[in-house]
Amino acid sequence: MLWFRRLVLVLIARPIARIFTGADIVGRERLPLKGPAILVANHASHVDTILMLTLYPSRGLDRVRPAAAADYFLRGGLISWFSNTIIGIVPVARDKAGTGVDVLAPVREALKAGDIVLIFPEGTRGDGEAMSDLKSGVARLAADVPEAPVIPIWLQGAGRVLPKGGFVPVPMNCTVLVGEPLHWQGDRAAFMTELRDRLEDLHANAPPQRWA
Amino acid sequence: MDTITAFFAGQSLALLWGLGGVLAFLTLAVAVTALMPMIKPAGDFTNLRQRISSWWVMIALLAGALLMGWQAVTALFVVISFIALREFLSLAPVRREDRLIVLAAFVAMLINYLFIVIDDYGLYRVFIPTYVFLIIPFLMACIGQTRAFLATTATFHWAIVTCVYNLGYIAFLMRTPASEALPAGAAGLVFFLLVATEANDVAQYVWGKLFGRRKIVPKVSPNKTWEGFLGGWLTTGLLIWFVGPVFTPLSGIGLAVLAIFLPVAGFAGDVTMSAIKRDIGVKDTSALIPGHGGLLDRADSLTFTAPLYFHILAYFALGRF
Repeated sequence: MLWFRRLVLVLIARPIARIFTGADIVGRERLPLKGPAILVANHASHVDTILMLTLYPSRGLDRVRPAAAADYFLRGGLISWFSNTIIGIVPVARDKAGTGVDVLAPVREALKAGDIVLIFPEGTRGDGEAMSDLKSGVARLAADVPEAPVIPIWLQGAGRVLPKGGFVPVPMNCTVLVGEPLHWQGDRAAFMTELRDRLEDLHANAPPQRWA
Repeated sequence: MDTITAFFAGQSLALLWGLGGVLAFLTLAVAVTALMPMIKPAGDFTNLRQRISSWWVMIALLAGALLMGWQAVTALFVVISFIALREFLSLAPVRREDRLIVLAAFVAMLINYLFIVIDDYGLYRVFIPTYVFLIIPFLMACIGQTRAFLATTATFHWAIVTCVYNLGYIAFLMRTPASEALPAGAAGLVFFLLVATEANDVAQYVWGKLFGRRKIVPKVSPNKTWEGFLGGWLTTGLLIWFVGPVFTPLSGIGLAVLAIFLPVAGFAGDVTMSAIKRDIGVKDTSALIPGHGGLLDRADSLTFTAPLYFHILAYFALGRF
């Protein structure tokens, strides 16, 4: 079904995303075309995922899989079908975190299979302004798959197109800023600080596509 | 083949020559940029090349629409207004509570263009300047956020008048009836507005690059000079005076008024939009057009010249408006 996914994303979702957001991207050449790789982005809207998938170079697109909450996206019915077939999610059972279940196992397997996994380490959608605390799962993944580069990405403006709790999407320009890749160096705290700094740097360089 | 021949046979000869002239000029520009590295080996001409490549696309879209008629031009300007408005409202200070007001602005845009489709100039003229002007603040009041209320209404009005109402005049020119004495049809009117405005931008840029010394508005546009402004004024003024009669029904005083004021309006549009961008803290309104920036960066002077051109034509020559 990969051909179907590519068809929908490139021929349908891409033009729609461009019309709604302008979809400017800075540093597109830094997006990896081959896995394993970890894309790390801030999160304010479902539009974030759509933007990443529609902006991704077609040559790498088949490998890109967003890690997503199983409790939300695999509720069954149309949502599950769409999440699996079109978005191509890697399910994370975030409701089972802390119960001893290895919730990141599917992500690790996807990376080891050569996928490019998109992760929103805030764990949920924020208000589109300040980034909340980053969960350290991303460091565990980087440690387990050290050959995967970690690419920080700032998504500016998507929270205005469709905020959390919103139903009507409104056309607003968005900009995606792709940073230089990071590599696992052996220290979890240092890695998380570095990652956050890189994301904040990208944020500082983003155009003022935000609420006044 | 016959349909293609018939399509071109139905066009105004002056318009076809005009479009041919623009293509020739662009080809010349390509040749010059190809030779530039020989004259100045150390220079970087990537931006210039990008700019010219983008011109091919913009000219192809506009020329295609002009040849196809008012429906295509209106459709193209709906898209242009939409993108310009989206760029403007995405950067200008708009409050979180105004999200649905942004949507209302897009609805106002569609209604504005609907008046062009049904060819009702009376409604077009009053809808945005009077009724959208009143309704947008009322809707904002209904939402209830009063912080920065007045400033935000100004943001919406500026966005809608420049990106929708003023640019819409260009599409409305296409509704000039064939019964008017038009030397190159309605498309010729639109063609000449676009040529004069963009030629003015280019002429100011070239004169400024070659002879620019005295800054004209240093706090807003540090690269703009008196030499660029005056050289562009003279060049565009002469262009309008000598070529204007080929595409427009203007002559005598009407033509002189256009020759004098259109270059100034183009400069004013450019500088005023620059002041807004500087206030917001951006250089470009987006990265839509390689080498140029956003759509609004390209259309800034047009938001000022379009209504002026329309009104000068309406006052001196066109019975319809």
